[in-house]
Amino acid sequence: MGKTIAEKILSEKSGTDAYAGQIVMANIDYVMVNDVTGPIAFREYAKLGTDKMYKDRMVLIPDHYVPAKDIASAEQAKEMREFAHKHELPNYYEIGKSGVCHQLMVEEGFAAPGRLIVGADSHTCTYGGINAFSTGIGSTEAAAAFATGKLWFKVPETIKVVVKGKFRRNVGGKDLILKIITDIGVDGANYKALEFHGDVCNISVADRLAISNMAIEAGGKAGIFPCDELTRKYIEDTVRGEYTPVDADPDAKYCRVLEYDLYQIEPMVSYPHLPSNGRPVREADVRIDQAYLGSCTNGRIEDMRIGAEIVKGRKVAPGVRFLVVPASQKVYRQMVEEGLMQIFLDAGAFISGPTCGACLGGYMGILAAGEKAVSSTNRNFIGRMGDKASEVYLAGPATVAASAIAGRIVTPDQLEGN
Amino acid sequence: MDKFKGRVWVFGDNVDTDQIIPAERLVAANLDHLNDYIFEKVRPGFAQQVQKGDILVAGRNFGCGSSREHAPLSLIEAGFSCIIAESFARIFYRNSMNIGLLLVECKVDVKEGETVEVDPDGGKVIAEGREYAFPEYPPFITELVKAGGLMNLIREGRF
Repeated sequence: MGKTIAEKILSEKSGTDAYAGQIVMANIDYVMVNDVTGPIAFREYAKLGTDKMYKDRMVLIPDHYVPAKDIASAEQAKEMREFAHKHELPNYYEIGKSGVCHQLMVEEGFAAPGRLIVGADSHTCTYGGINAFSTGIGSTEAAAAFATGKLWFKVPETIKVVVKGKFRRNVGGKDLILKIITDIGVDGANYKALEFHGDVCNISVADRLAISNMAIEAGGKAGIFPCDELTRKYIEDTVRGEYTPVDADPDAKYCRVLEYDLYQIEPMVSYPHLPSNGRPVREADVRIDQAYLGSCTNGRIEDMRIGAEIVKGRKVAPGVRFLVVPASQKVYRQMVEEGLMQIFLDAGAFISGPTCGACLGGYMGILAAGEKAVSSTNRNFIGRMGDKASEVYLAGPATVAASAIAGRIVTPDQLEGN
Repeated sequence: MDKFKGRVWVFGDNVDTDQIIPAERLVAANLDHLNDYIFEKVRPGFAQQVQKGDILVAGRNFGCGSSREHAPLSLIEAGFSCIIAESFARIFYRNSMNIGLLLVECKVDVKEGETVEVDPDGGKVIAEGREYAFPEYPPFITELVKAGGLMNLIREGRF
């Protein structure tokens, strides 16, 4: 019987002939932790009393509360730094050479087609955008992976998502994934993988990463794209070592099939307090206090280019705070080199270095009671970006940039119409 | 596993990890008292009302969102003996089973303050005289739960 990409990768990594529903013990290629999930993993590892450690497979990326926002987060970052130093870990990333973990995992070439990667961060599913099976885990199991190089996995059933055609102008991967989550619900893919088929060549790799990133918002264990020429080109300068792309078999078994005509996808916005509360932006009537362009979902250079093109020659609306947060030092540098910084600065945006910060309500852009934000991030739960009486509206980079200018949630086309 | 009883607290669908414990509490310095902050944004004062042995009952997709292990950890520290929900988000499920918080996947009709009895081996929840069955755990999960979590399995050389 044929296999899905998830079944193939988990079979290969566990040395078994695995199908959906089975529990396998699989060798992992990389295990990533951040400054929030790392300290619990380090403590659990210490309790094991073992010297065994798969150092080359471990990646430590502080990003949630760095640069440190207060003494407690400074202590936490210090714990991570000292753990890396003590164990002479090769893959620890200090600010200045770093970024939001999922962006860095791709940029630094850890993520690659066919690999099995786990991370103690729920958006680890991002690397499915480049044909990896990657998924979020907890801290204790990260410690287990440090010590054993493997983990248990329930092989997921897979939902096949077939796309046709091309996106319209100012519509992209974020709009598609918000539409999918709205259609199937926040648990529509719980315990399952999404696998993308059809005209995926019309979806940029940056957009694929954004789509896979939000598979978890439908409960998904992974969101996986095939590897094609676009993938190979995207990673050719940065990937570490060899990689083996994995395709699904033509007779693979899927638990559900969804079909989308990309041309019919409209700019989408998800209303509070669930990512599944999506509706077309044209139906929105929401004044905003803040617009946020950044995060592991939409903080790539491609997102910054989209935003800059829209705000070029325009000014951020009075009373609106526009936060632009490139997802890595590399994206930041590219923005400088391409002149995007100048465009955002002229528009009146606030630009910061890379951090998860405001996305999770950590710092650097917290919302007060009653405030509303349109955000290119991935979650709009109650109190996600600040006070429990604040509201987060999720949208793509084009809508976020246009809304920053308009002062209310609009598409770039509506902005031009004004 | 022995049967046990507890007083229930009732929550709805899609209880996310930000509700269970907000991101701003996720610093290592809080690790030994995470229970002080559970549900602080959506149910202020809740942490002070929970007693050891209480049971949390919820609807669909409990624990969705972040991979933060602080979520099940804070519920263990608060004293919850188990969580009963119609369904659980997968990372929360893994985390809980890996660190020894028992999860029961079962739709239970119960009011806050009532008492329920859980029979893990028998696959039954008994609430106010009504009986609800829940599916058997896969063998690996049973082993994990009986060992008291993943780290014990590793220490015993069974992983």
